Amino acid sequence: MRQGGSFGRRAASTVVLVLVACLWLGPYAWMTLTSFKSLPEIVEAPLAPFPRAFQLDAYREVVRAVPLVRLFAVTVGMAVTIALLQMALALPAGYALAKLRFTGKKAAFALVLACLLIPAQVTFVPVFAMLGEVGLVNTFAALVLPFAVSAFGTFLVRQALLQVPDEIIEAARMDGASELTIVYRILAPMLRPTLAALFVFSFVFHYNDYFWPLVMTTDDRVRTLPLAIALLREQGAGVRWHIVMAGNVVLSLPVLAVFAAAQRHLLRAVTAR
Amino acid sequence: MRPRHPLHPYLFLLPTFVTLGVFFVVPLGIAIKNSFYSWDMLTPPRWVGGANYAAVVRSGELTGILGRTAGYSVLVVVASLTLGLALAVALDRPGRVYAFVRGAVFSAYVVSWVAVALLWMWLLDADAGIVGGVVRAFGGRATSWLARPDRALFAVAIVSVWKITGYAMVIFLAGLQDVPRSVLEAAALDGAGPFRRFWEVTWPLLRPSAAFVATTSLLASFQAFDVVRVMTQGGPVKATTLFVYAIYEHVFVNLRVGRASALTVVFFAVLLGATALQLMAWRATAAKRAARPEAS
Repeated sequence: MRQGGSFGRRAASTVVLVLVACLWLGPYAWMTLTSFKSLPEIVEAPLAPFPRAFQLDAYREVVRAVPLVRLFAVTVGMAVTIALLQMALALPAGYALAKLRFTGKKAAFALVLACLLIPAQVTFVPVFAMLGEVGLVNTFAALVLPFAVSAFGTFLVRQALLQVPDEIIEAARMDGASELTIVYRILAPMLRPTLAALFVFSFVFHYNDYFWPLVMTTDDRVRTLPLAIALLREQGAGVRWHIVMAGNVVLSLPVLAVFAAAQRHLLRAVTAR
Repeated sequence: MRPRHPLHPYLFLLPTFVTLGVFFVVPLGIAIKNSFYSWDMLTPPRWVGGANYAAVVRSGELTGILGRTAGYSVLVVVASLTLGLALAVALDRPGRVYAFVRGAVFSAYVVSWVAVALLWMWLLDADAGIVGGVVRAFGGRATSWLARPDRALFAVAIVSVWKITGYAMVIFLAGLQDVPRSVLEAAALDGAGPFRRFWEVTWPLLRPSAAFVATTSLLASFQAFDVVRVMTQGGPVKATTLFVYAIYEHVFVNLRVGRASALTVVFFAVLLGATALQLMAWRATAAKRAARPEAS
């Protein structure tokens, strides 16, 4: 590196770029190319780079095998509902924790932080039994309610509210605004970057989630898209990879679109900045 | 600030605490209780004392799970951290091409574990997979990685590294923004080569980011489930039965809630221990930073 002048360094960084692009974009490219192949092509020449003709057979097969519209409705509906509930409930809680004086405030904040330590992987067995007793297994509520509150989101909102000067709240009170108006009409718009980060992060996480819908559903009433796509592989005799890859494209495209459109917000949540 | 009504703060926190209580705190308590019972979810639970714990210890099941999960996690964290750091340094440049490649690496972190797991099963397919094709093209012998007990966990770990390297990369990229250009330029003027500049200027400032990445991805790797469920179902011969998958299998395949709960309690204790380590690491780096104010 040291003896390399500007040419050597440029060549080295080009090599890195190409290598990285191949390692991370190559698999996506292979997935997409495979999804346009037909079954005989997969069997005869699995390594041929391009399909003989771009066929939509695999996608047709996916549409035939799974109720795509309903899966999308359930999955997107679930992820959006969770993200909205988390925002709506984190705002008043964060307001109380950041701005109001009351006995037990420190303990309340500590309890929120403590809940960050309890992952769903620890609670799912009792929650499954509990929801079973009240007949909520295989319902939309079983997918949404346990995540209506995010300890992480409450923490983020509280931290952001600490930066808002008290004078704004005092002035609003003077003008006769109710506390709920202050929280949802005055403070919420000021927290737009934080709330956007929380929304996108939460949406992507729950859209992708496989674990919770898997353990909370025993039939296909509220099955989500990741579950249905994973099942594509297990169905039928022999694995028809072109169909599985078509399903994979269908599963990944929406979330990649969200990523492309809202990368900024997502990065803010991930890097906690 | 004084609340307008003394009850307001409690009312504002009520929905949050009811939800966290019902779905996190109480279930944790129930899991601990269940670990002392034998229960198949069909007949009433029966008190067995510490028998569940004794069973998972004596059968060697717990040691196996702990070893596999720790091995997988350490491999994933070390590899993704190293690779993520290298990529962050290499790709921290202006220009659309670099932005696109950074986005490509991070996109793997954004798509579902299910999509990544299925994609790599196809890439690693013994007969028709492209990885085997490339290996054969270079004269090597392709084996079915996921079907071999001695390779499966390694293969799952490699796939996980591919998925989460983008996470480490973006944290390091954020950390790199705190490295002052002027200091790097001054070091370059003083004749420090790129490696010296990295070790003596950049790396000390990136250490907090490294601690953050290491601890958060360690906790996340310990909770890995999706990738195992989709790619290997814990097999072959338990080779990839990580902690959460073992718990899942006890509940939904063997209908042994007691055993599963005993494993859950141990799992939670390990997570708590890891978090305590994380807090200690953060305090230590924060103290170091405070001791050297010129660095930040």
